Amino acid sequence: MDITARRAAWFTTVWYPMVALGCVTLIAGAALALAHRITAPAILAVETRTLIASLTQVLPSDVADHDVFSDPVELTNSSGQTLTVYRARHEGEIVAVVFQQVAQGYAGPIDLVMGVDHAGQITGVRVTRHSETPGLGDKIEIRRDPWITSFKGRSLDDGTRWAVKPDGGDFDAFSGATITPRAVVAAVKDGLHWFEQQQTHLFTTEDQTP
Amino acid sequence: MSTAYRDIIRDGLWTQNMVFAQMLALCPLLAVTGTATNGLGMGLASTAVLLCANVAVALIRNWVSPSVRIPIFIVIIASLVTLVDMAMNAWLYELYQVLGLFIALIVCNCGILGRAEAFASKRPVAAAAVDGLAMGIGFTLALVALGAVRELLGSGTLFADARLLLGDAFHFMEITLIPEYQGFLLMVLPPGGFLALGFLMALQRVWETRRARQTEASAVSDTGV
Repeated sequence: MDITARRAAWFTTVWYPMVALGCVTLIAGAALALAHRITAPAILAVETRTLIASLTQVLPSDVADHDVFSDPVELTNSSGQTLTVYRARHEGEIVAVVFQQVAQGYAGPIDLVMGVDHAGQITGVRVTRHSETPGLGDKIEIRRDPWITSFKGRSLDDGTRWAVKPDGGDFDAFSGATITPRAVVAAVKDGLHWFEQQQTHLFTTEDQTP
Repeated sequence: MSTAYRDIIRDGLWTQNMVFAQMLALCPLLAVTGTATNGLGMGLASTAVLLCANVAVALIRNWVSPSVRIPIFIVIIASLVTLVDMAMNAWLYELYQVLGLFIALIVCNCGILGRAEAFASKRPVAAAAVDGLAMGIGFTLALVALGAVRELLGSGTLFADARLLLGDAFHFMEITLIPEYQGFLLMVLPPGGFLALGFLMALQRVWETRRARQTEASAVSDTGV
């Protein structure tokens, strides 16, 4: 019996389709595991590089006189998550802190980094990762739209109305995507509130000296 | 043999075009074609997956029993998409930041499953590769055409942000055709996608009918003489 005929006979059995599907799934799973193992360090490296780049973007260029990334401190936020806070120093004194904040966007979480100085004023906000609708919600990226810079210099007590314009606030909404900017504005405001609660803790340097 | 390949290519680009003839892959098509650049990016990524999926399916075509062929094809396509996603995230991060949002959408492109089922599972590897490439380019053309129409009507530009996708050298592609344009939001939103697609398809049908009539007329005049 030649191979084609034998295969045709196998195809009608109960076990052959199970084995075939099992083999394909195994091979695919192995390939994915291998690819994950190969790419994971590279992905971590580029993500760290992007994080450093965005950290330096949210701080004014003159504020930090040493490597901001080397001075992280771990804190727990109101919802119990551990948050890494990076502290920028000027002549030994902490002048601003940078931390990550997550907004619940239209298509999933939006990762933000925001910098706040000792007066509670925002030094900058950037989006590091998001999955908002291309062409509509992705205007939160600095390279597509300067919208995210509208947070700079604002604080909780300077009279800013922390909402998008359709909701009676001070921040522009994008045509076709109101949920995205609304989520970002809310997250930045939450971040400022958290900063206010933690302020004394954030700016004390009991654990390390430069 | 070369005429067979030419037929495969013509089918992929025009006569069996995934969008305009087969009406497949409309979900990713309508989702991303707000701009021509996004369409181009989605098209290129889909072409890569389509090519790999077609080759992989053609390679194992004799070993796949009919009862489980669809799950097997889906496992292959989903794995390929994930591999492309991981590889781009690791080594083409700049491009990934632009295209990353679209990569996962390729899994729900029924056009790729359609080619695996209708073509690659019955043909040798070389033919399947040519078909994957031709179908992918045809799909890309459709995406760019629809994206260009929607972008032009919706925001008055063409290939906005092309430099993010292709590099700074392609800055010249970014054209503002209607300066000070207020924008026509409907065209950027999904309903505009349906409208533009409908008009493009009508145009394609008009073109096809007219051409068929011309060939008919010339055939009649030939026999008449």
